[in-house]
Amino acid sequence: MVLADELAKQQRSISVAEFFEKNKHLLGFDSPTRGVITTIKEAVDNALDACEEAQVLPDIFISIKKVSNEIFRIIVEDNGPGIVPAQVPFVFGKLLYGSRFHQIRQTRGQQGIGISAAVLYAQLTSGVPTVVISRTGPRESAHRFGIQIRIETNEPDIISQGPFEWDRIHGTRVQIEFKSTMSAKKKLLEYLRYTSVVNPHARFRVELDDESFTFERVSQEVIACPVAILPHPHGIEFGQLKRMASSGDLNLVDFLVESFSRVGKKSAQEMCERSGLKGSLKVKGLSSDDLKKLLAAMQDVAVPAPPATQCLSPIGEELIRRGLEKEFPMDFVAARTRQPSVFSGHSFMVEAAIGYGGKLPVEGNAILLRFANRVPLMYQQGACAITEAVNGINWKSYNIPQQGGFPTGPVLILVHVASTNVPFTSESKDAIASIPEIEKEITLALQDLGRDLKLFVSRRDKSKVAEDRARAVCAIIPEIAAKVSEIVEKPLVDTSPIEGKLMHKLIAKKWVHEGKVTIELFNYTGHDGEISLYDISADNATDAHPKPDFVSEMDGQFTKVWKVNVAPQTTWRVSYAGKGRGLLEIRGIEDNKMMVVDLDV
Amino acid sequence: MSKEELEKKSMTALLSIASAWYDQMKSGEIPSISLPTRTKYNIEFDDSSEVWKYGDKESLRTAASAKSATHLLKMAYVIGFIKQQLIENRSSTLREMYYISEGWKRAKFGAQDESNFLIEDLEILSEVPREGFHLHPEENGASIYGPMRIREETRRGMKTIHCQDDVGQAGYTIPNNVENIEFVDHDAKFVIAIETGGMYDRLIENGFDEEHNAILVHLKGQPARSTRRMLNKISATWDLPVLVFTDGDPWSYRIYASVAYGAIKSAHMSELLATPKSQFLGLQPRDIRDYNLPSDKLTEKDVEALRSELTDPRFATDYWKKEINLQLEMNLKSEQQAFAARGLDFVTKKYLPARLSEMGII
Repeated sequence: MVLADELAKQQRSISVAEFFEKNKHLLGFDSPTRGVITTIKEAVDNALDACEEAQVLPDIFISIKKVSNEIFRIIVEDNGPGIVPAQVPFVFGKLLYGSRFHQIRQTRGQQGIGISAAVLYAQLTSGVPTVVISRTGPRESAHRFGIQIRIETNEPDIISQGPFEWDRIHGTRVQIEFKSTMSAKKKLLEYLRYTSVVNPHARFRVELDDESFTFERVSQEVIACPVAILPHPHGIEFGQLKRMASSGDLNLVDFLVESFSRVGKKSAQEMCERSGLKGSLKVKGLSSDDLKKLLAAMQDVAVPAPPATQCLSPIGEELIRRGLEKEFPMDFVAARTRQPSVFSGHSFMVEAAIGYGGKLPVEGNAILLRFANRVPLMYQQGACAITEAVNGINWKSYNIPQQGGFPTGPVLILVHVASTNVPFTSESKDAIASIPEIEKEITLALQDLGRDLKLFVSRRDKSKVAEDRARAVCAIIPEIAAKVSEIVEKPLVDTSPIEGKLMHKLIAKKWVHEGKVTIELFNYTGHDGEISLYDISADNATDAHPKPDFVSEMDGQFTKVWKVNVAPQTTWRVSYAGKGRGLLEIRGIEDNKMMVVDLDV
Repeated sequence: MSKEELEKKSMTALLSIASAWYDQMKSGEIPSISLPTRTKYNIEFDDSSEVWKYGDKESLRTAASAKSATHLLKMAYVIGFIKQQLIENRSSTLREMYYISEGWKRAKFGAQDESNFLIEDLEILSEVPREGFHLHPEENGASIYGPMRIREETRRGMKTIHCQDDVGQAGYTIPNNVENIEFVDHDAKFVIAIETGGMYDRLIENGFDEEHNAILVHLKGQPARSTRRMLNKISATWDLPVLVFTDGDPWSYRIYASVAYGAIKSAHMSELLATPKSQFLGLQPRDIRDYNLPSDKLTEKDVEALRSELTDPRFATDYWKKEINLQLEMNLKSEQQAFAARGLDFVTKKYLPARLSEMGII
């Protein structure tokens, strides 16, 4: 027997399910720890996509409970439109089954692998069928399924099926049990926090064993669901063109105009001319060689960019800011949404934000949040085009320290790439491939934000220097004067001329000495200082001289208000018995023309 | 300078700092003070005194920021404190002053380093050593052993002490204030200043002091001011050669440099503290090679320190360049006690006699 015959005996087709069983890492199931995050991520992505399609505000419940040693039960429940019973087995029990694969618009899930891969993983590790409950509306009853996948054929295996009494009017609930650990708890919460940042219209309730968390929504607006568009002539490959041509009954010109976006009669005719094919030919009859010529011509003819506004759904600057502020308290946040752009015929759009200060860690690298189509990218930061773009920016020119290319300090950077076809580096969708057009847009957005941040930091530093100087001049120099006068045994030297010379401002000083609070106003400006002095503290100041013009009390805190006119180069003073502290404010004069110094702080 | 003269000088100098600030503030100016920059890039060799001193680079400290103002305020409090000490004829340690500052509110010291640094500033400004402020260091001086007689003014009256006959096995302890010592007479040919206690004890035990008429001084690592002042005075009074014997690593060379040329930290006191005539005895990098001593590899920090010494003006001689480059090449360092590998007598019978005759001492 010939060797080829020998080999032929062993050659047979491989089912997709079998392939993925052997290549779990391709789908993000390389470790039990990661399996949890991938499963929740896939389920949440589907839930958000479904809610968007149904135009409802997503309310998503996530629960992870340990059922026995090593086996965890994961539940994800949404208030989406539900899935009709006939489709449920296919959605969850067949790999590569989905509604969005053939559509050209921004969606979170695409290929229809994610959730069924989790079902497969569960069946391989725990053997427990996945339970799905879904209801499509108040008039329909809910259905409950127990589902597995037939690995050899990649077809659903329905273990159990039947109507179910469910309190939700519409929605879907998935319950998956598999072998895992909770060591990725921090990462999981991080994933949900980041998801909530870019989906400010969604609410997430999470139960992890005995702990519960809620990520509240900050926007009540349902986001517009992106509308599918026709393929763009620059973004098409041979296989797809062949498929489209074989199913059409049109002549070449009409086919080009009607099957592709932004192709008009004129461009269609130009494509025909360049490919040397007659516009009146039926597309069905074109040979592979003809199609190759046509494809080349389609790439060559200039066609406007695809209509991005309907197929993409950017978050928007305002909502990015609100989403970030809700999860990360910061001193400064700015966001940019760039104009749509194109790479190889695919529409994309870059959004970015920079946050600074607040509770961000002062030491170490900046925090980078990466998103693709509103989904956080949690792994392989180093391999991602976003990281590459961040590293390529000269952050030092925005006064942000940089170490090994990466910015450091209390900085948060968010980058969202929205596209009809996000170019991931692999099926596990962890990193965006390095596409020059995308990197350029990210760079431009971040540079723009860097300038804003630089302005903020320099303004803040400037006012810090001014405050620091005021403290030195108004609080410390008088003490130096007192000590030095004592040493040289001369009368106390008056330091107010130094103050006046340096400050050119209206200065309020407050201090406590032997149970007496004194507030002094010095007007070093050249103008009348007609101001209101607000003194809020626990002292009631009944013995104040002069008397306040207005006093009010709230929870033991007295607000005393004096309306004063301090002439230029003069001083006004009030004292009363008390302990001081509290808050002192001057109103009625521009901020940069006055300074408040509490000498006791 | 007598004790009274020193006190008068320090009082005048400190009061003039305060007066200058008073006048500045009186004329509506922010008080300020200017000090020499205290880095190795601002030390210069002074030909007349043969020691390294601070150069011309100065930095101006103006009370225009909270940090600088607080620094001046602390300085004012310290001046006030020293003034009081001088008037009441009391003294305290730096550590005591640090604790006293607890009651100075805004002017209180955050750490002892800060008070030490401030006192050094005042020494520079007033040209008076801290003894003149009635402040003495915490660390006690090291010990000395050998054929010499001194007279010390103690709280129990004047005492004459011979540093072999009248002291225990550990030697005579150098007091904090060397100014109170009178040098009576000696029968010595040279002085060896030794880094480690182990080697100091070894030389005493082996009777090296008697055999060679040597004065042995224990440096105790980086020597205290009083130890350096003692060496300076022995060298100046009796004109004896001073030889420094340390480990063979970059940190030990710095010990030699501070004995010979003064430390960067106290360059303003170099004339009183440094002994420019002192010579480096060992352990030299070439000894590691020639005697095949047990050794360790240089660490990254060691290499960095050696490289930094190549740019230090105090090591800018052919001898040091050659030795340091040799050490970098060998990538080795040894401790002085490594000689024990060749027997306990090796260092006193072989190494030191050979090295001392090479240097022309014996």
